[in-house]
Amino acid sequence: MKQLFSLERKDVILLVCFTAAVFAGPILMKPLGAGYPDLLQKFAIFGIFALGFNILFGLTGYLSFGHAAFLGVGSYTAVWTFKLLSMNPVPAIIFATVIGGLFSAVIGFISLRRTGIYFSILTLAFAQMSYNLAYSVLTPITNGETGLQLNQADPRVLDIAFGRDYGAVLPSSDLFGIDMTGWPGFYFCATMLIICFFIALRIFRSPFGMMLRAIKSNQNRMMYTGFNTRPYALAAFVISGMYAGLAGGLMAVTDPLAGAERMQWTASGEVVLMTILGGAGTLLGPVIGAGAIKYFENIFSAYNDGILQEAFSFLPEGLQHVFVSVSSLFVGEGWHLTLGALFMLIVIFLPGGLMEGIRRIQVLISNRFGSGGGGADAKSNPAPAE
Amino acid sequence: MMSKTKLSRRGLLKGSAAAGVALATPTIFSSNVWAAGYTNEPKGSTVTLGFNVPQTGAYADEGADELRAYELAVEHINGEGDGGMLNTFSSKALQGNGVNGKKVTFVTGDTQTKSDAARASAKRMIEKDGAVMITGGSSSGVAIAVQGLCQDAGVIFMAGLTHSNDTTGKDKRANGFRHFFNTEMSGAALGPVLKNNFGTERTAYHLTADYTWGWSQEGSIKKYTEQLGWQTAAAVRTPLGAGDFSQYITPVLNSGADVLVLNHYGRDMVNSLTQAVQFGLRDKQVNGKDFAIVVPLYSRLMAQGAGENVKGIFGSTNWHWSLQDEGSKAFVKSFGQKYGFPPSQAAHTTYCQALIYADAAQRAGTFRPSGVGAALEGFDFDGLGNGPTTYRADDHQCFKDVLVVKGKENPASKFDVLEVVEVTPRAQVEYPASMLGGELGPYNDGA
Amino acid sequence: MDAFFLQILNGLDKGGAYALIALGLTIIFGTLGVVNFAHGALFMMGAFCAVTVKALLGLESVREDPTQMTAWGTPVEIREPYVETWFGDFGTFLLDFSVPVSILVALPIMLFIGIAMERGLIRYFYKRPHAEQILVTFGLAIVLQEIVKSIFGANPIPQPAPDVARGMIDFGVSIGFDAGNVVYPAWRLIYFLFSLAVIGAVFAFLQFTTFGMVVRAGMADRETVGLLGIDIDRRFTIVFGIAAVVAGLAGAMYTPILSPDYHMGMDFLVLSFVVVVVGGMGSLGGAVAAGFLLGVLQSFASMNEVKAILPGIDQIIIYLIAVVILLVRPRGLMGRKGVMEH
Repeated sequence: MKQLFSLERKDVILLVCFTAAVFAGPILMKPLGAGYPDLLQKFAIFGIFALGFNILFGLTGYLSFGHAAFLGVGSYTAVWTFKLLSMNPVPAIIFATVIGGLFSAVIGFISLRRTGIYFSILTLAFAQMSYNLAYSVLTPITNGETGLQLNQADPRVLDIAFGRDYGAVLPSSDLFGIDMTGWPGFYFCATMLIICFFIALRIFRSPFGMMLRAIKSNQNRMMYTGFNTRPYALAAFVISGMYAGLAGGLMAVTDPLAGAERMQWTASGEVVLMTILGGAGTLLGPVIGAGAIKYFENIFSAYNDGILQEAFSFLPEGLQHVFVSVSSLFVGEGWHLTLGALFMLIVIFLPGGLMEGIRRIQVLISNRFGSGGGGADAKSNPAPAE
Repeated sequence: MMSKTKLSRRGLLKGSAAAGVALATPTIFSSNVWAAGYTNEPKGSTVTLGFNVPQTGAYADEGADELRAYELAVEHINGEGDGGMLNTFSSKALQGNGVNGKKVTFVTGDTQTKSDAARASAKRMIEKDGAVMITGGSSSGVAIAVQGLCQDAGVIFMAGLTHSNDTTGKDKRANGFRHFFNTEMSGAALGPVLKNNFGTERTAYHLTADYTWGWSQEGSIKKYTEQLGWQTAAAVRTPLGAGDFSQYITPVLNSGADVLVLNHYGRDMVNSLTQAVQFGLRDKQVNGKDFAIVVPLYSRLMAQGAGENVKGIFGSTNWHWSLQDEGSKAFVKSFGQKYGFPPSQAAHTTYCQALIYADAAQRAGTFRPSGVGAALEGFDFDGLGNGPTTYRADDHQCFKDVLVVKGKENPASKFDVLEVVEVTPRAQVEYPASMLGGELGPYNDGA
Repeated sequence: MDAFFLQILNGLDKGGAYALIALGLTIIFGTLGVVNFAHGALFMMGAFCAVTVKALLGLESVREDPTQMTAWGTPVEIREPYVETWFGDFGTFLLDFSVPVSILVALPIMLFIGIAMERGLIRYFYKRPHAEQILVTFGLAIVLQEIVKSIFGANPIPQPAPDVARGMIDFGVSIGFDAGNVVYPAWRLIYFLFSLAVIGAVFAFLQFTTFGMVVRAGMADRETVGLLGIDIDRRFTIVFGIAAVVAGLAGAMYTPILSPDYHMGMDFLVLSFVVVVVGGMGSLGGAVAAGFLLGVLQSFASMNEVKAILPGIDQIIIYLIAVVILLVRPRGLMGRKGVMEH
């Protein structure tokens, strides 16, 4: 085995570019109207979630429809850690990751006894059971519909032990005095994203990653050669569960509330869509897909008739009216329509997701300028996953 | 996107223009939000309010009505239109020239009736668009989640449609105020009417949506009907969004109960009521008495979805467009002329909340949450449709008359679904603030 | 005992709807190998066929009455449905029977929608990975439901059964219960019988026609059938159309039980997948059996006696059964080896 931290030059460049792009997020995203802390935090958090999901789905081909359950468990764990131990985010995300991993180990162990759609339905069933119970019967632990919140009367044993007193106001999470809401929260999440990206990169390039890909390409052949694939698949499942738990923990760090709806099947479906939209099996794709969906959710839903009227105000009165009423179908209360249409367009014209679009542009550019870089790049991107 | 930015810079004329610019070019960088005197202190000639309503999901129609009402309220505050309830409002602080000399603009967002989405949307309004107040919503879970967020961020939250006791009880916050009534008041208002119509010897069977609001509603109806001498045969929890409730309704048939209480809202209410009527419960005779169905929280918009099945069925509601006081009439006229149909209780609630917030800010002379809050606490007023009204200082809950309504037998139009049976006076639904627990805590100005 | 019997009726009724949706879904799986996430949307479209028929039948002439004013100061509108003006009592009858009438309309429309979907979109995805099928059909489902929402709004729309079917039938007397103990809504019994009839028709079609035989052969081994010179693609188009019709009819007839709204398809989507998988991928009999089984068990789990022992069991029963069955029987109740296991 190679040294853990050695990377090929190409990967070093990728990692450096990724790091730079993430930290420059506030500036890069500003012209797109997304340059505010909450949305960028969401980009980073769901980027982590999708990265982890991709380790399972993109590499092994196992399509889980229940990953939101691990995210939800991570959130509940983090909020409980805040309540019981300390408002410092470090123990919260450690516990969230660990508990997310444990929970996924149990569910993965059972679900991985089946393959294909049977596996998908098993994971879906476990996640839906978690959601339904969290919403109703488990209210003492989860606070049900309202969601688990902080309280002034929470014990916070460690904080008390170290003499932190938040007084009469509700505390918010802080990393040794740095408030985790707003921009510091984003940089915290961004750092975690980069670490997660690095780990994913290592997995992709390792013999373990090769093994996972082999499971996808032909599990039977692996079995016939006397190879037991299940421990590898389970390892991938648990790793992705830990990513989800971490993402859930970070959601609680930047916004200390945990609701049951985070575990609903639609939330599990969302991460599947993020991964496929960006490009399953690619390193960057899931992060881009996650950003795209969150962007639509937060920015397209915010347009209303007033803004549209303003945007089309250069047109004559009648034409303006037509343009406003047509485009209002796609924004504001119609943003779902745009999202649905986007899914269809991407998968019809760019079967490999957004990453394939980027690759095609690369090829186009390299063909035009005659450099050979594009071809090599295209090869390094694995084909879209099943 | 980029081209839109340029375009919207060109014409900064309309009221909502500033919102467009704020969306496209986030000049208000969140890091200096905290450096101001208070969160999002408006420095220019406009002040931005955030209207956070469900635009997708089951309550999208309710959300659309809320948004209509908000737009109307902003018009009236800025001195456009016919002024609506500003003319009947007992406080005359607002002059029709905006608030504190600033023109009111607004931004909108989609709560999706999910706590996470609602908070994300509210955060966008606060961090990017510079909203000083967030309002709206169509469920208690969302209201409590957003209220907590507004407390942390240091802006005022005017809750929209939220009926759970917890919003101004266990989970109350200093920065949050609620105009809508709650399950406790529904029970108190319905009790006497149920007694007059059905007597004191009744056995009730509850079907309850299995989450916090449902339990809270079930508790209060039980409390007030058992005071009348009613028995409770059973209280059965049903999963949210069950769709087909037949498996919960058939046990009612032979249970010996003669009243069915449906502690459901929204689609659950439409479906369970439709199906209960389908199973013949409305026409049934038990123990020589006519079987009765009660829907503690009615929404006219939702009741339309149950069609004929609502006829003769009792419930409570916050406000109804057929009310004949001057305020309600002015509002219905103003809203109906603009949109062509009467407003729902959701529209009325949100209109009032926008108006009351603006009035309080005007009287306080500032948008600082603690200042606005002080102006709202203990504020007595009239002319907004529910008689003399108070915002109680102890828990930021509004107290006003509660309507007991009944599904109308011969509706004149598709909006004419409910008739007001009784306007329960405010004194009858009041309760001590300490009863529901919780802690308001101090105001947070965010500075 | 009668309570028990009523719960069986409830379960069969629910199961009828589950079975119909699952049947169409599994036909598409089995023959075309496509994971159709838009199947719930087809169910919803069927329901909105009924809504549209009622709306069209209910089209009204609007007269303004200047002597009366609404509360907001516009003249009161006097509305009268055209069908009543034109056809008198028959018009009233048509309006009353709008749901059964809509069946006649839904049939060709759903067939058309199904065929258009298959020709326009699905056929390009036969060879694509399941994940892409899911993404594209899910996108389509969202688009369809958003279109419905923009036309009909988000609130449920009441859709009453015909007057004669609105009452209760004393069902128990005929099978030996005391009078008045087992009474059941007429429309729900009709729905149950309707679902049996549709299921029977689909089976008969596949079993006793040459077309059905080819389709079944195609399900077993598509390539060989193609090699025999049979144009299997064209038949698959029809198969997709049939699946859409089955889902659409299930939706249209269900509207008096569940007031339709634009989101109802998504609510049934997950459930129908669970039903199909519990039944076993690619097995028509399994889908039907699983539909009824889950319906009945869901009803039993909702009984107070059961909930007293296991609180919240009715919330998770469907998923719990799915887990248990899949662990005991790897391919569901009647699944075949090798279908959708990769």
